[in-house]
This record gives sequence, structure tokens and C-alpha cells, in this order.
Amino acid sequence: MLSRKHLLGLENATREDIELILDTADSFKEIIDRDVKKVPTLRGKCVVNLFYEPSTRTRTSFELAGKYLSADTINFSSSTSSVQKGETLKDTAKTLEMMGIDAVVIRHSSSGAAEYLSWHMNAAVINAGDGTHEHPTQALLDMLTVREKKGTLEGLKVAILGDITHSRVARSNIFGFAKMGCDVYVAGPQTLMPREIEKMGAKAARNMDEAVEGADVVMALRIQLERQKKGLFPSQREYSRFFGIDKKRLSLAKPDALLLHPGPVNRGVEITSEIMDGAQSVINEQVKSGVAVRMAVLYLLMGGAGR
Amino acid sequence: MKKILKKARVIDPASNVDEIRDVLVVDGCIAAVEKSIDISGAEVLDLSGLVLTSGLIDMHVHFREPGYEYKEDIETGSRSAAAGGFTSVACMPNTAPPVDNAAMVEYIKARASKSGIVRVHPVGCVSKGREGREMAEMGDMAEAGAVAFSDDGSPVYDGSLMRKALQYASMFDRVIINHCEEPGLFEGGQINEGYVSTLMGLAGIPASCEEIMVARDIILSRDTGARVHLTHISTKGSVELIRRAKAEGIKVTCDVTPHHLILTQEAVLGYNTNAKMNPPLRTEEDIEALVEGLKDGTIDAIATDHAPHSRDEKDVEFDKAAFGIVGLETALGLVITHIVGRHRLSLSEAIRKMTANPAKILGIDAGRLAAGKPADITVMDIDTEWIVDKNRFLSKGRNTPFHGWKLRGRAVMTMVGGRIVYEVPDTHLFPHVKF
Repeated sequence: MLSRKHLLGLENATREDIELILDTADSFKEIIDRDVKKVPTLRGKCVVNLFYEPSTRTRTSFELAGKYLSADTINFSSSTSSVQKGETLKDTAKTLEMMGIDAVVIRHSSSGAAEYLSWHMNAAVINAGDGTHEHPTQALLDMLTVREKKGTLEGLKVAILGDITHSRVARSNIFGFAKMGCDVYVAGPQTLMPREIEKMGAKAARNMDEAVEGADVVMALRIQLERQKKGLFPSQREYSRFFGIDKKRLSLAKPDALLLHPGPVNRGVEITSEIMDGAQSVINEQVKSGVAVRMAVLYLLMGGAGR
Repeated sequence: MKKILKKARVIDPASNVDEIRDVLVVDGCIAAVEKSIDISGAEVLDLSGLVLTSGLIDMHVHFREPGYEYKEDIETGSRSAAAGGFTSVACMPNTAPPVDNAAMVEYIKARASKSGIVRVHPVGCVSKGREGREMAEMGDMAEAGAVAFSDDGSPVYDGSLMRKALQYASMFDRVIINHCEEPGLFEGGQINEGYVSTLMGLAGIPASCEEIMVARDIILSRDTGARVHLTHISTKGSVELIRRAKAEGIKVTCDVTPHHLILTQEAVLGYNTNAKMNPPLRTEEDIEALVEGLKDGTIDAIATDHAPHSRDEKDVEFDKAAFGIVGLETALGLVITHIVGRHRLSLSEAIRKMTANPAKILGIDAGRLAAGKPADITVMDIDTEWIVDKNRFLSKGRNTPFHGWKLRGRAVMTMVGGRIVYEVPDTHLFPHVKF
């Protein structure tokens, strides 16, 4: 059993919770490869995907995860719902609750929106990305991918690179990998590095190369192009020159280092196409882990005991 | 009508009094403050064990009328003030429409005399429409009764406008009150920039956002020789800048809120919208500097920035929530418990910053107990313990981070012009007082 009713982030998750989710996800992975991708585990349960922001992989993988476990999944997108009529998040939550749903997967542009929703619902709330706060299932799928390749997470050096300030993926990964015994380094342009990040359990490297050097895991973050309008870096060209990851920079990491990216990738900006499609890249494996991890989370939060 | 307020500990910093005295009130005015007063036929209130001061003054409140009566109005705001021990307030002009002309000033005064129970002093806008472009008719407004000018939450960004406004307002002997915030550095900010904003993924408001504007206003005050008042300062850097400016003789004054003296950024953890305010709650180090500033006189006044909002404006996603908290009914208890009670300031000094000093900055005839002055009086019990219950506030606002806090000290009776406008409902606490 998980120690919590909702999955709002990894800040307050225990190491045991994370291990339970990863182990459960491992056991679900083979379902995805079956010819008939359906087990009856969550039959009769209903999951709503409440997406206030555009998303391809997260929403699709949550939807598939629910369907593979036989849950009924409903997609709610803000552009075609009462949100357009000005309905508040709280009222939407109440409305859905009365329809008898068991879990809500929420993606929202406001930090804290998932937690806010959990105050107003009895159903399990799963955070699929809240503003610039957390994105716990992304971190879990990253950990699952790395653990599968490396056998363990303990003692690995993990470099998280790019726009840390605006990245919910970075926050969840810092908490997650640090709890699992990794040395987490962060680096990026100073204008995209939040204050006192070290208090979260990451080491702030002085530059990109220092973070990458000797790393087992190199994780590039997506540059949110809308940030560029705010002038946080001069141009994509200059970003890729000084802060992008290319073959040369990746070669500073261990020879068997893994390259991760939460997607979608701006090819040639955060990472070069060459390494994205190269042997060290596990970007496609991440997607598959995503479905397994989300199956595990849905299962554990909607009644399953796990393992 | 004669009333003798007997045996209270009378604290009047303006006349250096802190001892047991009797106060005689005749026809709404103070007639005498003496060791012992006995007059046959006068009504006598025995206030032994209680503290009596000149009525408290809050130089920064939002009464929301006209335009936002669902948040607060002059009647409820003034009742809230009276319950907190305040007899005079200066209300900010960010109403709809804004108070940017003499007719609006007259309107606020008319509403206040009809439904207000404390003295409500309008603050007029610096610029027309609070838009920061052209000066509003400050002369007209001063004549109509505006005690100061401010564009409130939309600070005067344009340095040239601020310079002209300082020069112009000084001719009418009115101070400009500025909320210090550099717009580029504010940019969508939600809370203090620091560890908590990093952790919660909320856009940060750096200390420099405030300090740059503090520095600019000090420089413009020096340049023009005009008075400027910087409201609700929140950072160590602001205190240092103002301290240095005062040492140079620049005519700058400032105030701080009780919440910035007591709460840190950590109060926001858990996405608590009742701890969301602008300027944001800062750090322990800032609090220490603010307390130091209070002690050495750098900070002249304590003001609440009473900012009532409706429930729906706070019960939303954090970044959609309105900034601000109510303050009138908790200010005195917070100051007595956390500032005086922790030996950070003497009671007399704290009272000075809530009476004589704001009166002087605003140029209003209040803030001291002297024969011939209107009987604006606050009686407080500085020892009684009580629990803050937002549901018992007389304000319409329930947006406080102090709900459930145990405080020591509160107003038990508030008198405006000799008329009792508030008396504590729990009179069993004060069996010897006959209200």
C-alpha cells in the first residue's frame, strides 16, 4: 500500500512508496507487449483525465494505462468543457465527484492545482504536471527507465540540465533520484536556475560540463520556447551553443551513461539529433516506461496492494 | 455630558506619559488628563487594570467602497477598525471608480459620515485613473479632505511623474505614499523569491524589486525636498536604505505591517492563499532587520494594509488568488503578543507607531491625549488571552493567516469623539468594567 491517498508530488513520497510503484510497474510492463493488452484489474473503476494544458504523451499514456487495466477512462479537455463558460476548478471537481469517479489525473498550468483539487475531492488525485511545481509520474518513469538499464539507482550520478526554474520535471526528479540514493547535479543558464536549489537535495554545478562529467544519467530538459519571449536567454542558437548537449559534451559522462529527455524534444536546441537518435539515448524507452508507471500508480491508488 | 475614565494606565507617547491617570471627557472632547479627577454628576468608568491610549490610527486600509462592496464597505470596514481599537484610518483610493478627484473624496467622506463609526480619511490618487500617466487634481482633493496621495497597488512607476507629483503635492503639504515595486522585476511574481518559491514552483518576487523603488523614491525626495512615505516595506535592504536616507536628513518615512514583522515565506507552504500578499512575506533575516528598524526609529509606523477579499477570490488555485489579508482586528493583539511581548519594542513605543507617528505623517489632528482634543480613545487589556476566530470578524473579509492563533492583548473599548463605538462582547472577562 502507498502511504498516501493521492500522488501530488515526490517531495513527500517515501523511498518505500517509490520502490513499490517501480516494482509494480515492472510487473505490468509485460502486459504492454501482449497481443491482447487487457487485464481486468480495475474493471468497474472510472478515471478522468482532466487536462487544462495540451499534452500528447502524458494524457495518452494515462488513458492507455487505464484501458489496459480495464478502467473506464474519460478525457476532459478544458477547450471543450464548461471551463470555457468560466467554471472554477473547484466546481468542476465537485461536478465530477458527484458522477462517481474513482481517480482524477490532472494537468494544470497553476502550481499547486493538484493539491488544491485534492482538498475538494474524495477521489484519488494524480498530478500529471502542475505549473512549474511537480510532475511525479514523469520522474517515476525516468527512474524506472534508469533502474532497468542500470540494475539499481543507488550511488548513480544524475545530471539534470537546462531550464530548472520552470521545470516541474526537474523538481520531481531531484526529489525522486535523491531519495533513491543518487547524487543529483543541476546546471543551466543562471537565468533559469532557481534560488537555493541545493536545499532541495541537488548540487548546483558551476557549469554544464561539471554536471555532466562522470555522470551515469544525463537528463536534458525541454526549453519552453514561450520562455524565450521573456528574454531569459538571447536565442535558441546561443542556447544550443553554450547549454545544449552534443556528442562532445556527452562524452564527458561515463561511456555507458544514459541520455534522457522528457519530450517533446526541440531537436538541435537542448540536444543534437545525432545523440538523440544515438545508442545512449533511452528517450523511446522512457515512453514505454511511462505507460507502465501510470498503470502502477492507477492500480495502487485505486485499491491494489501492489507487487 | 461628562465621563471620567478612571484608574487606567494611560500611555501617551506624544506627551511622555505612562502612568495611572484619570481622563475626563466632556462633550466629546478630552477635558483633562490628571492623577485624580472627581466631579459630581459625571459618569464614571473604572478602568483599573486596563491600558488607555489615544485612539489607534491605521494609515493604510482598503474599505473597497465604491465598487467592491462585496469585499468590504465603509460601514463594515469602520466597524472592523473600531473592534481593533482604531479610531482613524486612511483608506486607499483603489476603488472603482478610483478616488482621483474632489467629488470622489467628498463621496467617501459623505459615506463615512453616514455609515462609518470611525474617522475615515480618504487618500487620493496621484494620477488620473490610477494609470500612472498624468497627475490627478491633487490640489482640489487636498482641499476636499484627502490626507495623502497614493496610486496604491499600482505604484508610480514613471520617475518623471513621481518627481512632479512630489513637488506638486508638497505645495499642499500632502505626503505621497508609495508602494515600492519595480514592475519588470515583479513580472507575475507570487511569493518571495527564495527557497520556498523554488520548492513550490511559484514565480518569485525578489527583494530587489522593492529596494530599487525605495532607492528611487529616496533619491527623488532628496532631489525635490518633498516628503515621501514608503508603505509596507518588507526587506532588510529597504530598512538599510531608509536608515541611511534619514541620517542624511531626507524627508522619508515608512511603515511596516504586523504580518511582515511576524510571518516568513514559509507561511505559504501548502499553497496557503491566506499568506499571499504583496509585498510578499520574506525571511527571518528580513524580520530581524524590520524589528531593528522599528527600534531605532527608521520605521515610523505600523499599518495593517487591511485588504479584505471574498472567499471566492482566495479559494482558488494559488496563482489566481488575490493578494492581501485583513488586518484591523488582529493588529493590536499581534503587536502586543509578538512585538511587545517578545521585548522587541516597549508598549509605549509600539503605541507611538500606531498613534502619534502616523498622525504626524498624515497631518491629522489626532494621536495624542490632550485637553481640548477630540476624545478618540482606545482602552485595551494587554494581558487577556484570546483566540483569533475569523468567523467573528466584523470585517466582511475572512482572509487571514492568523485564524486560530492565540494572542494576548486586545482592544476592549473604542471611543470616537466621546462616543463608544466598540466594546468587547465578552464582558465577563472584565467584570469590573461597566460599559
